[in-house]
Amino acid sequence: MGAIGRGAVAVVRFVYGFIFGDDWTVAVAVILALFATRFLVVNNLPGWWLVPLVAIVMTGVSLRRMHPAQPQPARSPGVAP
Amino acid sequence: LTGAAAVLVTTFLASTVEAIEMTIIVLGVGAARGWRSTLTGAAAGFALLAVIVTVAGVAISRIPIGPLRLVIGALLLLFGLQWYRKGIARVAARGLAGMSEMQVEGPPPVSRGIDPTSFVLSFKGVVLEGLEIAIIVVSFGGAAGFTGTAVIGGVAAIVVVGFIGFALRGPVVRIPRSLLQLIVGTLLTSFGTFWALEGLGMTWPQSDLDIAALVVVYAAAALGYIGVERRARRLVWGVA
Repeated sequence: MGAIGRGAVAVVRFVYGFIFGDDWTVAVAVILALFATRFLVVNNLPGWWLVPLVAIVMTGVSLRRMHPAQPQPARSPGVAP
Repeated sequence: LTGAAAVLVTTFLASTVEAIEMTIIVLGVGAARGWRSTLTGAAAGFALLAVIVTVAGVAISRIPIGPLRLVIGALLLLFGLQWYRKGIARVAARGLAGMSEMQVEGPPPVSRGIDPTSFVLSFKGVVLEGLEIAIIVVSFGGAAGFTGTAVIGGVAAIVVVGFIGFALRGPVVRIPRSLLQLIVGTLLTSFGTFWALEGLGMTWPQSDLDIAALVVVYAAAALGYIGVERRARRLVWGVA
């Protein structure tokens, strides 16, 4: 793979990490909630509650999946946040 | 709340999170392998970040505010939720502990000219840690209509943390980065939610006041999750 190919892969990895991070299910659920909110808005229904609710619930789900009560090791510099 | 002060505070705090890592990396490399190549690499990294901020800032300023807030709001929401979740996990696990010092390994430094190892480590540290912040600063500032203020917030954080690291040597590793990450995650998630839904055509019941309401709701949920995580740790590991 040439330099351009490696650069493209690095960019794709960065964009994926920025949007999806290490738990893609949270991002997908929030994106679906945004679409559902649009549906509520165009039908003149209150939609402000849906995204915060999904974000908070999915955070809890992800926390449980991330580390079922394992101690966190000290983070070393240079690792993506 | 969507004014310059909110933009300044949020971008300052967000940049502080990454500036701590940048400073630890540059300090670690410089102390182990010499300062000239390390600082040259850091300067090259900052120059590249400045170009990225300038280009992205000009591009974002040409996008209409409606679609901009939807896209930027969604991006800030998705990214903010990652810091929010990791901040909760780390604060629950480690409290207000800072980061550890960086240990540098590699071939012995060259005595003349530029030491490639120092240069590359320092350059990569600055660019990798700074890229997300450059995007947050530009997008947050652009969506709020205060790009200049956002850039000032970002640069101020790097200057302050850099000064603490270089002049005082030591306290930078004691800054409670996990707590900062949780605070910034909460702010980015709140602003991201507000702007994304506004971009979808929704009118918030209390207008800008609802940003404060979102911050309160997300912060309360974070405190609840921290409590749950700590209880679970005590039950499983028997740690305080």
